Amino acid sequence: MICLWCDKEIVIETTWSNLFIPSEKHHLCADCKGELETLSGKRCVRCSRVTNEKVCADCKDWLNKSNDPLTYNYSVYAYNDRMQEMIARWKYRGDYILGKAFQQVIITSFKQQFKQMKNYAVVPIPLSEERLKERGFNQSDMLAKFITPHPKRLLTRIHGEKQSKKTRKERMTANNPFELIESLNKPVILVDDIYTTGATLRFAAAKLKQSGCPEVFGYTLIRG
Amino acid sequence: MTPKSTSIKMSTWIKNQAYRYTGKLLLRHEIPLNDKTLNYLIKEKIFESTPSFKNKIIIKQCLRCGNTKHSLLGEIPCLNCQRTHLYCRKCIEMGRVMECERLYRWIGKAPSWKVHDNPCTWEGELTKPQQQASSRIVESINKEGEELLVWAVCGAGKTEMLFQGITTALKQGKRICLATPRADVVRELKPRFQQAFANVSVQALYGGSQDKDATAQLILATTHQLLRFKEAFDVMIIDEIDAFPYHADPSLPFATSRAKNPVCTTIYLTATPRKKQQSLITRKKLPHIFFPIRYHGHPLPVPQMKMSLSLKKDFQNNQPPTPFITWVNKRQNSHRQLLIFVPSISLAEQITKSIRRILLEEKIIEKNSAIDFVHAEDQYREEKVKQFRNKELKVIITTTILERGVTFPSVDVVILDAGHDVFDQAALVQIAGRAGRSADDPTGEVVFFHDGKTEAMIQAISAIKKMNLRGGVGG
Repeated sequence: MICLWCDKEIVIETTWSNLFIPSEKHHLCADCKGELETLSGKRCVRCSRVTNEKVCADCKDWLNKSNDPLTYNYSVYAYNDRMQEMIARWKYRGDYILGKAFQQVIITSFKQQFKQMKNYAVVPIPLSEERLKERGFNQSDMLAKFITPHPKRLLTRIHGEKQSKKTRKERMTANNPFELIESLNKPVILVDDIYTTGATLRFAAAKLKQSGCPEVFGYTLIRG
Repeated sequence: MTPKSTSIKMSTWIKNQAYRYTGKLLLRHEIPLNDKTLNYLIKEKIFESTPSFKNKIIIKQCLRCGNTKHSLLGEIPCLNCQRTHLYCRKCIEMGRVMECERLYRWIGKAPSWKVHDNPCTWEGELTKPQQQASSRIVESINKEGEELLVWAVCGAGKTEMLFQGITTALKQGKRICLATPRADVVRELKPRFQQAFANVSVQALYGGSQDKDATAQLILATTHQLLRFKEAFDVMIIDEIDAFPYHADPSLPFATSRAKNPVCTTIYLTATPRKKQQSLITRKKLPHIFFPIRYHGHPLPVPQMKMSLSLKKDFQNNQPPTPFITWVNKRQNSHRQLLIFVPSISLAEQITKSIRRILLEEKIIEKNSAIDFVHAEDQYREEKVKQFRNKELKVIITTTILERGVTFPSVDVVILDAGHDVFDQAALVQIAGRAGRSADDPTGEVVFFHDGKTEAMIQAISAIKKMNLRGGVGG
């Protein structure tokens, strides 16, 4: 195998355990994997932010402001320098197959985090048609497909400025960019690449709840 | 409006577009024309569109960068064309090439570039040996399709030796490109060329540069930028052909040779030819001129080697090796700025603090801000290099990005861990060549700190001594 990031050969040491049972497929070499920072330790139970508080200040705000439509969000990685570079190449430059570097981690963390849940739907956060045309693929859809072969595409998105170009305040006060295609009467796990302020996930969650969804969770690759 | 006046308007419009698009090979989104206009121009045989990939069973290739490496050709289930197809990961930094999109090229009438009567506004003078080399370059430019290798030591004044050749080309209405592997070098060259050719359009192309449309007659570019050109230039000057990434990345020679016109003159510049060129020279396959002395006539500084067995351990504690501290205290000329090379970005980051503390204690620098570090991905890179040049920084710690092309008048040069793989022979010769550049201070110390001599270090020092000998200035 060749590392998707640095394009060098991945050397796997033979051990007794992988001698007979083939180990999972590697997409990143050990060095590049080491550059990524998996979130661990104490975190906010509602948004996965690394903090000593049980619920962080931002999430308290969400709770006070309204009936927070999002039960909680779970993220896997921190948004460190290497992750920013990887996202830039994967999402903005459009290097599609780089997304496979996250496949294993997305599957295993999902199993750990949502093992109690039954009868749920996995819903990717959509891109607007214009953005989709520009990129040729939807990164959230790619992540959702790692979890289930048929994610439910319940939402569409109206074209607007990129979230990453907006300030926190602009994100909070913007109109809901999502529209519902069909309603669903079971718990939903929303999948997105990055949780920054949580505004995107909550807009989507609000739409779903209005149409009768009992509970909405977030599952994101990165906590920004 | 009468049909006649519309058609005149149309033809002037096309003429103007010709300057912008001739010699380019572009992706659809790099052409700011709407579909209707572009389709019309294709129908009129003014634009041509060609496939972006060669996709045969045996060979798959990106036709923009020439990449055939399997791991760098990705497959994407494209939502635009509803098909799973190839895209190139190799040149993705220059915009993604998709198999379902085509490459576009101007095939209409080419513009005639301006014939300049007296384009050169440079007032300096060449030394006698420089003049000889310069005349040889002029000779090559007068011949179509000629190749010439200029092998000149660091600090020979290569740029100035090119001026007469470029003048000759401009007088003949030729389009010229000077390509170099490094963006820093392009940025440094631009003001020098603008001064030397004040009435000629000069543009600098590198990632993030302002001159996006590349319509100038004299183009300075990183070799990567040549991926957007095809049959554009009558004179191609390639600086530092031995440098990374030019010699290591096959797509750069691919792009360079495509950017040339069939009758293009090619001038290669190097201070440290690699084996491939050396063997071409000995087999007399590549005409060359050898230029072993610096413009000020002084010999190249010969590097000293200083061993420190605890080097790696010191690095782990983020400390510079002890011999470095000893050396820094008794340099010959403590007024010189200090250029410190390290093998990696992380080391540059970590070691800056302790070097700053030591230099402050030893009173070599007076304030905290007189030292900084810089690397390729540093967003303030341009600014920091400028500060060092303006002497606002007394000491700069750098990765190999400042290894070549950049000139600081009075510096001592240090490599920490000169035995590291990134410092190959060519790199070491180049780094040593940063010292003693100015006629006012033609010497400078070069010190390799290492924990075991490498072949590259020995070869580099012997190459420098050899050049001094051939130049008749060293013993």
